[in-house]
Amino acid sequence: MCLAEARTDGMCLSEIMTLLSAEVICGQDKLDITVEAVYAGDLMSDLLAQCHTETNNKSLLLTGLNNPQVIRTAEIMDVAAIVFVRGKQPLDEVLQLAKEKGVPVLVTKLPLYDSCGILYSAGLL
Amino acid sequence: MNKKKIEKTADTKHKIALDFTIEGNNFSSAGEASIRLKHALQHIGYPALLIRRIAVAAYEAEMNIIIHAQRGVLKAEITPETVTIWAEDEGPGIPDVDLAMQEGYSTAPDYIREMGFGAGMGLPNIKRCADKFEIQTHVEKRGNIEKGTKVKIVIYNK
Repeated sequence: MCLAEARTDGMCLSEIMTLLSAEVICGQDKLDITVEAVYAGDLMSDLLAQCHTETNNKSLLLTGLNNPQVIRTAEIMDVAAIVFVRGKQPLDEVLQLAKEKGVPVLVTKLPLYDSCGILYSAGLL
Repeated sequence: MNKKKIEKTADTKHKIALDFTIEGNNFSSAGEASIRLKHALQHIGYPALLIRRIAVAAYEAEMNIIIHAQRGVLKAEITPETVTIWAEDEGPGIPDVDLAMQEGYSTAPDYIREMGFGAGMGLPNIKRCADKFEIQTHVEKRGNIEKGTKVKIVIYNK
């Protein structure tokens, strides 16, 4: 059952920022990036289990896990941007690595479930 | 342009070999070997989705070495047709491979789980990504065979 209508053109980061009332921590100049899929979770291997069949090239990662491994996992998975949920501010080493890799990082105060629901309802399926 | 690059390497029988030493329990650069493999494949012009599949397999194998072993190596041989990855460690070996291949089964300690690993998806993920997957493991030294685990992953460019 699918309750939302899919947006075939994806969604740009600036719209995601507005929908999640998110703050941009780095990558302010990349808010025009469009993502077509979302991964959500705190267990990296669970996320990696999904991504190898995903056909979209640009995706978004929603996570509450705050360590440098998130950034490296994101790079392996072709994730274009990361949103830390539950208001988690990325640690210095996380932020440094994100900047090195050129991955935009956003933070929302919303929990993971609410963040997913909002993006899903807006058509990011 | 990418296709042309691959044809050129085929003509010259060119192989690229990568060889990384992986230090157990060192998370400061965990994953960087797989990321370098990924960049090499991007440079050669492998298709993006195939690269992701190869990168996931290599990354899980690299993380397994870091989580479970004192040290190991991650090696890759890239040709225009095939990528072969070997992940070999001097870890404790796997007592029950069938159990380790079950999704959700993990022996990783809590601090590994807090880092987002130890979900029990590592080996199943590797197998899922691989066209060919072989694992040899020994929990104790037997004759000339050292204790540890060797994983071979083959993925075809097709």
